[in-house]
Amino acid sequence: MDEPVMLSAWGMALLQALLYPALAPLLIGWVRKVKARLHNRRGASVFQPYRDLRKLLAKETRVAHTASPLFRLAPYVVFVATWLAAATVPLVARDLPTAQIADIIVLVGMLGLARFFLALAGMDVGTAFGGMGSSREMMISSLAEPAMLVAVFTLAMSAHSTSLSSVIGYHLAEGFVLRPSYLFAFGALVLVALAESGRIPVDNPSTHLELTMIHEGMLLEYTGRHLALMELAAHLKLLLYGVLIANVFVPWGIGQAFAPAALALGLGAILLKLAVLGAALAVGETVVAKMRLFRAPAFLNLALLLALLGLLSHVILEVGA
Amino acid sequence: MNVTDSLADLQGLLTAPGIGATACAGVAGVEPCLALPAAHWGLLAELAADAGLRHAGVWADALDADRLRVQALFAAPDGYLLAQTEVTSAHPELASHTPCFPGVDRLERHAQDLLGVRFVGHPRGTVRWTRHQAWPETVHPLRPGFPLAGKAPGRTPADADYPIVRLQGNGVFEVPVGPVHAGVIAPGHFRFQVMGEDVLRLEERLGYVHKGIEKHAVGRDAAGLVRLAARVAADSSVAHAWAAAQALERACGTEVPARALHLRALLAERERVANHLGDIGGICNDVGFSFGQSQCTLLRERWQRDNATYFGHRLLMDTLVPGGVAQDLAATAPERLIHAHAELRRVLRGLFDILDDHPPLNDRLLTTGILKHDTARLLGCTGYVGKGSGLAHDLRHHAPYAPYDRLQLAAPVVEQEGDVAARMRVRMREVHASLELLDQLLATLPEGAIATSLMPRPEGCGLGLVEGWRGELVALVRLDAEARVARYFPRDPSWFNWPALEHLILGNIVPDFPVCNKSVNGSYSGVDL
Repeated sequence: MDEPVMLSAWGMALLQALLYPALAPLLIGWVRKVKARLHNRRGASVFQPYRDLRKLLAKETRVAHTASPLFRLAPYVVFVATWLAAATVPLVARDLPTAQIADIIVLVGMLGLARFFLALAGMDVGTAFGGMGSSREMMISSLAEPAMLVAVFTLAMSAHSTSLSSVIGYHLAEGFVLRPSYLFAFGALVLVALAESGRIPVDNPSTHLELTMIHEGMLLEYTGRHLALMELAAHLKLLLYGVLIANVFVPWGIGQAFAPAALALGLGAILLKLAVLGAALAVGETVVAKMRLFRAPAFLNLALLLALLGLLSHVILEVGA
Repeated sequence: MNVTDSLADLQGLLTAPGIGATACAGVAGVEPCLALPAAHWGLLAELAADAGLRHAGVWADALDADRLRVQALFAAPDGYLLAQTEVTSAHPELASHTPCFPGVDRLERHAQDLLGVRFVGHPRGTVRWTRHQAWPETVHPLRPGFPLAGKAPGRTPADADYPIVRLQGNGVFEVPVGPVHAGVIAPGHFRFQVMGEDVLRLEERLGYVHKGIEKHAVGRDAAGLVRLAARVAADSSVAHAWAAAQALERACGTEVPARALHLRALLAERERVANHLGDIGGICNDVGFSFGQSQCTLLRERWQRDNATYFGHRLLMDTLVPGGVAQDLAATAPERLIHAHAELRRVLRGLFDILDDHPPLNDRLLTTGILKHDTARLLGCTGYVGKGSGLAHDLRHHAPYAPYDRLQLAAPVVEQEGDVAARMRVRMREVHASLELLDQLLATLPEGAIATSLMPRPEGCGLGLVEGWRGELVALVRLDAEARVARYFPRDPSWFNWPALEHLILGNIVPDFPVCNKSVNGSYSGVDL
């Protein structure tokens, strides 16, 4: 039998990294479409986010006269850091070299770097909305970040590795085992993902009310390609969290080898998982309203609590069992 | 002391020899009407406040080059009193009513900007309101000398030196919002004094859509005036047109046919339903509950398409003419409309059940933006803003005008809590009440003419009082010697509801402002004029 065609590991890693920005707008488009249908509306095409990005890229990029060079630099830093973070999360195949050189802590660090620059850029121009957006974003993320770390540590403790690839590999090798620690970590990660990607009930991505904005508030002064990059980074972040949740908790279907058949299966599996997650997100955003801003800490404390419970239940119930 | 007595008592006090008010018969549509010496203008406000009356507006009118007439309307729960006085154009000074009735602050400043009446003792002094920088301080556009076509102001300088009241302290900062907003909404400037997210003070600055409505009205005939009135605020097209038409008809002593009155009420209630549905959806949207907004938008759209089908215009613009209505209802329409009402009622039962008791929504709306009963009363709020804070005043019930005086009306909708949720509940209940009224109007629709010709009466003067969807709406019309309009002043309820927003936002957090604002939904166009 012929040796199956194998792609080189680095080639594969690059391909997967490119797949992230290519797919991210589609997920947003899908969520919006499902939401529209749930509202009895027809909704725009699922490809509308691509068209929006193309429109923004074609537009003139204007910068406020009070802006410092940091303001121009921030969109690139935010986009690249988010993209790099995404590249460490196995999308269609695991055991990629990117997963070996970057673990969960790097992922959180990259997202932290992006957020740092985003918040700085929000304050840079000196408008009230940017400043309020930055201050709210920091309030949210200072609570979300620990919850996220504890949740992923719970997973890492089972697999004895902080590499996502190993976590997924461990989970696959074990087969389907219902672990209480995973359930708690799942709950925590979902809450963190909602808060971090600026979804209802923490932030409203489709609002035009400048006084209620968190993420959009920081972007109010951006135009043209800068805005396009910021938007794409936000789309990437949602996709990143979606893939993280989908592939860590339901890893089945992910490509184990770099053969085209396995990769095609991996792609099909992740698209299906994301479609389900996206639809669930749309349902969730339809049935609840946005929380009052100062309820957000309680929401994220719940995430932290769940994550800690996950850690505890791992130690108590699963270690040595 | 019952309420009718309070009006009579005040009248007695004012006509006593010490003050020397005399009854005047010049204004049709309001009884009693008293003329006062200018020196007692301040005393009038004190006595009215003591009698527990509500201030329903003050406006000025240039009778000729030398004389300015100032009129103030006071409301008791079941009647009105109009007081007027005259000052000379050379020394147009009067005592301000604002110390007793803080709600008339901007009405007085509006009269000052447009006619040059100085209100002594006004807490904001002579700070301009409507004027901004478009014309010089010494020029008053509603005085007879100002050209009717207006003067092209050129590029208006920015209104940068407007004295906003600032707070200072550790950690206090200022958030300027608008007049250009991130969404497609009318322009208004809001200045927040904020500590963290807590609002310590809010000041509104309006006037960005001043169109010169009052000047545009001068010299128009009756039909032209009602057409203009329909454009004072597009969402209150019927209410403003009706108030103006009513004032004209009273000024000219015209009896409107019964069928026309029924059709007017039909239009007014349809306007109320459409706007309440839009607002309920808007409140949902402002707390990120887009399901509620989609449903309400859908229902409102269907409703407005029915407007276009049966009444000729989606926003019911120009459906009223002086003396009646422009278009009769087709013979088959009542049956179809009653069917549409039943269908809407069925859908709304399900939808309002969700909106009324949905925990995430309750969490945002309950206890948010509380307007205390006393504050609402002091400011003179009407409509859903007043009703949400326990003020039951509704012209249709308390001073019913035709055809409401012939209908079976349920008691006005009142809620006590004064929060955003209460104002939303008032709207939901009013939608149902209006649907009942619409059915009743259609069932009792009289036969006959839909309009009568208006016999213009030179020098006529009339006051129109209508319950618009936002609340009590007043229109003053005075005709000149050729029976053309000499003065038109539409007093939108928003004059009193906008200041309520400045009060009810206190103690709330900045991100809750949009929903508080939507729950009040003052008209920009209606007060900028």
